[in-house]
Amino acid sequence: MAELFHRKLERTAIGFVVAIIAAASVGGIVEIAPLFTIHETVEDAPDMRVYTPLELAGRNIYIREGCYACHSQMIRTLRDEVERYGPYSLAVESKYDRPMLWGSKRTGPDLARVGGKYSDFWHVAHLTNPRDVVPESNMPAYRFLARTALETDDLQRHLQAQRALGVPYTDEMIANAAADAFGQAAPDSPFAAGVTERYGEKTQVSAFDGVATQLTEMDALVAYLQVLGRLTDAPYSNTAAPEQAPDTTN
Amino acid sequence: MVQQLTSGERQNALVILLCIFVAGLAMAAAGGSDPLGMHGVIVMLFGAGLGALVMRSYYDRQPDPDRLSHYYDDPIKVGIALTLAWAVFGMFMGVWTAAQLAWPDLAFDAGWSTFGRLRPTHTTGVIFGFGGNALIATSFHVVQRTSRARLAGQVSPWFVLLGFNLFCVLAVTGYFMGVTQSKEYAEAEWYADLWLVVVWVTYFVLFLRTIARRKEPHIYVANWYYMAFIVVVAILHIVNNLALPISLGQAKSYTIWAGVQDSMVQWWYGHNAVAFFLTAGFLAMLYYYLPVRAQRPIFSYRLSILSFWGITFFYMWAGSHHLHYTALPHWVQNLGMTFSVMLLVPSWASAGNALLTLNGAWQKVRDDATLRFIFVAAVFYGLSTFEGSFMAIRPVNALSHYTDWTVGHVHAGALGWVAFITFGSIYTLVPSLWKRERMYSPALVEVHFWLAVAGTLIYVFSMWNSGILQGLMWRTYTQEGTLAYSFLDSLVAMYPYYIARAFGGLLFLLGAIVAAYNIWMTVRAVPVAAARQADVPDTGLAPGAAATPAE
Repeated sequence: MAELFHRKLERTAIGFVVAIIAAASVGGIVEIAPLFTIHETVEDAPDMRVYTPLELAGRNIYIREGCYACHSQMIRTLRDEVERYGPYSLAVESKYDRPMLWGSKRTGPDLARVGGKYSDFWHVAHLTNPRDVVPESNMPAYRFLARTALETDDLQRHLQAQRALGVPYTDEMIANAAADAFGQAAPDSPFAAGVTERYGEKTQVSAFDGVATQLTEMDALVAYLQVLGRLTDAPYSNTAAPEQAPDTTN
Repeated sequence: MVQQLTSGERQNALVILLCIFVAGLAMAAAGGSDPLGMHGVIVMLFGAGLGALVMRSYYDRQPDPDRLSHYYDDPIKVGIALTLAWAVFGMFMGVWTAAQLAWPDLAFDAGWSTFGRLRPTHTTGVIFGFGGNALIATSFHVVQRTSRARLAGQVSPWFVLLGFNLFCVLAVTGYFMGVTQSKEYAEAEWYADLWLVVVWVTYFVLFLRTIARRKEPHIYVANWYYMAFIVVVAILHIVNNLALPISLGQAKSYTIWAGVQDSMVQWWYGHNAVAFFLTAGFLAMLYYYLPVRAQRPIFSYRLSILSFWGITFFYMWAGSHHLHYTALPHWVQNLGMTFSVMLLVPSWASAGNALLTLNGAWQKVRDDATLRFIFVAAVFYGLSTFEGSFMAIRPVNALSHYTDWTVGHVHAGALGWVAFITFGSIYTLVPSLWKRERMYSPALVEVHFWLAVAGTLIYVFSMWNSGILQGLMWRTYTQEGTLAYSFLDSLVAMYPYYIARAFGGLLFLLGAIVAAYNIWMTVRAVPVAAARQADVPDTGLAPGAAATPAE
């Protein structure tokens, strides 16, 4: 009987296409739609903050350079991963991440909790030439980041687009996007105070690449790497992992 | 190309190309120094270059009015050429990136040539450039022959083929400039994605209209798979790429999906790009070129039905197996695992159907390298679908995920299955399409076969070894209960395998170059065979030709 029915179905192109769409839609609908409606999917973390403009710019450089192809940002709920990298990742930690950068391959180590683990100086040296710091490394050298000025003119538009999609940037944050990007990498400048005022006392303000007068892509990328895993303390209170939150005053 | 079009169709083509040129101009003006502006220039060059090509033949004489009683093969021929060009490019990028993992200084201290930017040029080059062109070209061939009808359009096949290649060029040149959404296998930015939607809808309409013209009451199995490929890829592409650009003059956009939902949408897309781009479409090739080459009917019609609907239904649930033990809720992970395991049934139904079709013709498999390509493809399809279901089981995935094992698995499928079935199909298709007696050199087909087999085995074995070693080193504990190896220890252990892998990939690339040369020489140097002339559609006008079976 089934074959008889199919013999009819395969005589009509439109009917066949409709059947394909019907069969192929079920899985996606059942697995994706509830992720928006089931509240427990994403944990509550009242202390979760948004990326500063400089960190967001750094994140976009991370995306541009395809870092996700070799570095994951997702510590799985496995003992060895928690012991190697820190408490397992929570969904809430990437709730402002568009797109998420969980990754699928670890040619290099996971970076979900790399923030605060190394000094700014180490990151700059490592990005400039990884083999100066880790002789066995096969990571590409990113010298050009330090000689490329960071584009800050369009940061407002970045924040606006993010807000349009639901990231809670305030008018003040958007208006000061470029100034905050500069201020976060220039601790002695008058712009620095605004950053901690708007994004919280724990926000790291420092001359990331060692030069406070010029804002480079190196500043942005290091700022982003240093905030990874430090947007919220939720993973440290929610899990059985014994670690303390890293010192975020740095 | 243009000679086959009437003057009205030439005008239509020019109008379309003018619109493309104007769109490119607008992009260049709005984009300025942003990469979007550079892409505007590329779009303008595309429109102007093809426009010049049409203009050059614009006043040539009208095509033979009899053309509609022949199959429309010109776009297929160009499609084959593009397939081979992308194969060489994409595989070369693969070898280069593989070599960079062993010798990182091969990036030469520039931004555009670092691993992170080159990797998507490899994946897009082989999946969309090589695979996509092969799918479009063979679908145009198969749908005409199995429907005994000419393609339902004169300009639209060109629009689909060349428009798709424009998408690929925008995607790949974008990666060099750092334009990427960072969604794996969907890296191209919003404007390229929009363009692909236009191309794909045209493809869908063209394909369906051609099917509607068929002179056979039933739609042949291969066309089921092509339809599933076209329809579902459209759905996946649109949903996964929904994004908000930061401005109409800039390439950068932010996806509407965030965090955990984005991860699920991304792997729902990513896994089904494997299912409907890299499996369904290539199964269509298998279901046509295997019986044609072996001169035997498909073993079982019922198995075909079972595997088709099984694949169409089950695959869409499987994406979450890429997210085991992550922050994705458990229930979704478990659904993904369950359906991934069940997927083995329709997958092996297809592989078994292919191998049982060959049962009784093993002497042909022994003697004919082309048929051997198709045979090896079916074997690797069976192996890698088994491996895939196995790796989707949570405890196995705990070891394999994030390691080279995944890379090995993907390449068992991409090299052993996708590329083998493609080359087998092309070697079957080329002599028939150009109406040649045979390939230029059967010996070179043989050389290609063994290069490809050796390359695949070296590649896959080195990645299996490195992946499992890596996974084990990460989870090994000392007697004292501490982790035995640093991450760096595991990286150092990878180097010999990375070198072996690059060598395996190099062999495979050499094989593709041999294929391109052999096909080029077939077109150039092999005489036309009179026996191939009978290959025409059923127009209802030429009763003699109408009785000719497809091929």
